[in-house]
Amino acid sequence: MTGKDNENYNKEYIEYVKSFDPPTQHFKNCFRAFIVGGLICCVGQFIRLFLENVFSLSGDELAGATSMLLIFLGCFLTGLGVYDRVGRNAGAGSIVPITGFANSVASPAMEFKTEGFIYGLAAKMFIVAGPIIVYGVLSGSLVGVIYWLLGL
Amino acid sequence: MYEEYITIVGDFLKAFLVGGGICMIAQVVINFTDLTAGKILVIFMLGGVALQSLGLYQYLDDFAGAGATVPICGFGYLLANGAMQGAQSGLYGAITGPLKAASGGVTAAVVFAFLMALVFKSKSKKN
Repeated sequence: MTGKDNENYNKEYIEYVKSFDPPTQHFKNCFRAFIVGGLICCVGQFIRLFLENVFSLSGDELAGATSMLLIFLGCFLTGLGVYDRVGRNAGAGSIVPITGFANSVASPAMEFKTEGFIYGLAAKMFIVAGPIIVYGVLSGSLVGVIYWLLGL
Repeated sequence: MYEEYITIVGDFLKAFLVGGGICMIAQVVINFTDLTAGKILVIFMLGGVALQSLGLYQYLDDFAGAGATVPICGFGYLLANGAMQGAQSGLYGAITGPLKAASGGVTAAVVFAFLMALVFKSKSKKN
């Protein structure tokens, strides 16, 4: 068999295997993501309201403290193993909120602790969240420089 | 008196609808493209940066509160906002602005993830 035939053969086989997959339940997936994502945002809204009225924070401090508390909750629930159990059914509803970001930092940190504190825990901590920070800093400073040039 | 409660309930409802809506858009993208979680996070963060650099995400924040800031686009919004505010004080401010605004979140993620990794053992994926 030539290389090209082989490739086609593989493609047909993959199609054949895929035909046994259960169909993606688009509506159910989206509904769950909506509910879980919305509820996490409501928890955020509650924390915001609480900090605003009990500790009388405002502005940047309020927004920062709210996301820090949510990150703590995300890390803590990941540690207990609850977050991954929720995430299996919620899809994007548990990935997109800031708690999902916390989960993507805490989860590999816990998993690779066995490989040591430097090359395991610390190096693998940003395996998913690293790209967010890299492209965040790149695009953020680009926006900053453009605004600076416009203001000259 | 009642009006105060109605505003609070309304704020929660707006946060729920907007936050849930953003997550649902992400789920639709996942369903049709098979993108992994990491790529989705980067794309939505960049979306937040792009919208705020045009001055649009501000309106969503004013309208929905936590519904706009809790999803990862809120992180991009924070970065772009920091850059735009820093740019008013010069080039140095423009470059340091984004990370300065995000420093709280990044520090919290590192510190809490480190502490949790010390305390808890990784659960096997089965249970």
